[in-house]
Amino acid sequence: MSTETAVKATKYWQGISQALVEEMERDERVVLVGEDVGRAGGPYGLTRGLQDRFGDTRVRDTPISEAVLMGLGVGGGAVGLRPIVEVMFFDFAMLMMDQIVNQAAKYRYFTAGHALPLTIRAMCGAGGHNGAQHSQNIEAWFCAVPGLKVVMPSNARDAKGLLKSAVRDDDPVLVIETLGLLRDKFDVPQVDDLLIPIGVADVRRAGDDVTVVATGRMVDRAVAAAETLAEEGISVEVIDPRTIAPLDTDTILGSVARTGRLVVAQEALAPCSVGSEICALAVEQCFAELKAAPVRVTPPFVNVPTPLPLVEARVPQADTIADAVRAQF
Amino acid sequence: MSDSDSPGARPDGAPSALSRYRAMQLCRRFEETVHERFHSDEGVPGPLHLAIGQEAVAVGACHDLRPTDVITSTHRGHHHCLAKGARPDRMMAELLGRRTGYSHGRGGSMHVAIPEIGLLGTNGIVGGGIPIATGAAYGLQVQERDDVVICFFGEGASAEGVFHEALNLAALWKLPIVFLCENNQYVELAAQDLHVAGEIWKRGAGYDVPGVHVDGNDIDAVTAAVDAAVARARAGEGPTLIEALTFRWFGHYAGDKAAFRTDEEVETGRAGDPVARARQALDPAEVAAADAAVEAEIAAALEFALASPISGADVLYLDHQATA
Repeated sequence: MSTETAVKATKYWQGISQALVEEMERDERVVLVGEDVGRAGGPYGLTRGLQDRFGDTRVRDTPISEAVLMGLGVGGGAVGLRPIVEVMFFDFAMLMMDQIVNQAAKYRYFTAGHALPLTIRAMCGAGGHNGAQHSQNIEAWFCAVPGLKVVMPSNARDAKGLLKSAVRDDDPVLVIETLGLLRDKFDVPQVDDLLIPIGVADVRRAGDDVTVVATGRMVDRAVAAAETLAEEGISVEVIDPRTIAPLDTDTILGSVARTGRLVVAQEALAPCSVGSEICALAVEQCFAELKAAPVRVTPPFVNVPTPLPLVEARVPQADTIADAVRAQF
Repeated sequence: MSDSDSPGARPDGAPSALSRYRAMQLCRRFEETVHERFHSDEGVPGPLHLAIGQEAVAVGACHDLRPTDVITSTHRGHHHCLAKGARPDRMMAELLGRRTGYSHGRGGSMHVAIPEIGLLGTNGIVGGGIPIATGAAYGLQVQERDDVVICFFGEGASAEGVFHEALNLAALWKLPIVFLCENNQYVELAAQDLHVAGEIWKRGAGYDVPGVHVDGNDIDAVTAAVDAAVARARAGEGPTLIEALTFRWFGHYAGDKAAFRTDEEVETGRAGDPVARARQALDPAEVAAADAAVEAEIAAALEFALASPISGADVLYLDHQATA
């Protein structure tokens, strides 16, 4: 008898959709609010059918009022719901900042221990021809706020399992989904209740010579780079943090201490970013073991363009990551 | 509404008018006491926004609420907290930076939040409570509870975008909420000519939300207006916008000399004292007894706070997340 879990090729958006259905089925306190999540089925179709299944109170279309939309999550969570707030584009979170940072993140602190089970789902990244106000990666802003957890799934399995864990978490969790991955297929284990723990990194590929820490769309590119480099005799360890606040520093820094080399790859811009934080931690805590200066592989410090060829010209590719790794030696 | 048939009689059996008076006097004396401490050696380790003169709004709005009803408050929120049932001793401890305060004495005046009594927080952000109140009303609606939300805000917050977002959404969804604008005639360090166009209560009309204007220094008028709005909300008929006109006796914050207004203006404004007005309608012997009870409660609260340890650095790390 085989002990292997069966897997099924699943698109990233389907992983999200399955998580929403399963959690709303499991717990009637779970509600989904957002712009066009109900009648329209969401801008990407991933909430299609949910309103028919769970009713228009639990799957609620809101006016285009982002600050109050996030308030539905804060106030609703405070009186007994477990709300999921959809942020159609991560960029729109800038209209919600007070409710996220000043209110939700500080709720447990102010109330001396009361839970705020709020899940925020935001679609990030330059995955389409959406331009400079619908494509940004601003995840680092939220990683600097006590009281917020931030996760960033890079595949359908994690998109499903991290979202399910977020919904069950008793603190505000920001789930950053990546637009550029929505229609990509991944193997997803076929288990009854797929939960990916918050705060635990995934070692995507083991290696000895260099550690590559990649997030979001850069994870599979880092794995591709590692495969190329293996043929050149360079053994690359690829780590997907999955949770970017709080970081799984044991896994990440343990790897850096062992390999002595660190490359980080992300779709976000370099200044004050998650990659910057990981490099800083490595320098602070693994200085003696480092054999080369840690480097960040990111887009150049420019805005996101609209035409797709320009979008792709801007973001790092597998070759970009491979070149950065070669430069470590 | 007569006092005898009001639902707001307190468990101690006091008639409603006397009970409301006592609550207003408690609010007044609480703030006078912390105001005195503010200037003392063992002072208040944070900013203090006093609502003295505005007691009838908080008490009129909250006196008849259930513990399961919900309010959101403001940066000028001590009265709302006390009127909703916060313990004066733990409030005092919080304001004086003591370990026994509601947030371990590290939040202070603008960060008192007590979900177990339906208080989702005073707030350091002007208008910050408005989206939370709207969300709480949505939560009550989803759970099919017949509880309601009262969202307190000042006339300054009526210039925030969230006020308009919330009115629109609450009207669309018929949420069980009362938007209660406490107009104390001053916005931070200025009079309203810098801040408010038109009349706030009239803004409800644009969203099909009933707008009500009430004398905020008349406890009976506030009670009647809020009770009607609450009944409407409990019945599933949607939100109401109430503007209660009152007067802020002091500057924006304790220590502010309020140079933006004249002495005559202050004298005229203070003449509308809501506590004195309520007192006149009551039996002097009952008033004296209520006042004595309030003095004893305030003295005990202050004693409790001063006997509690000053919060040390250990409180810095408490209650950020359930899990690491």
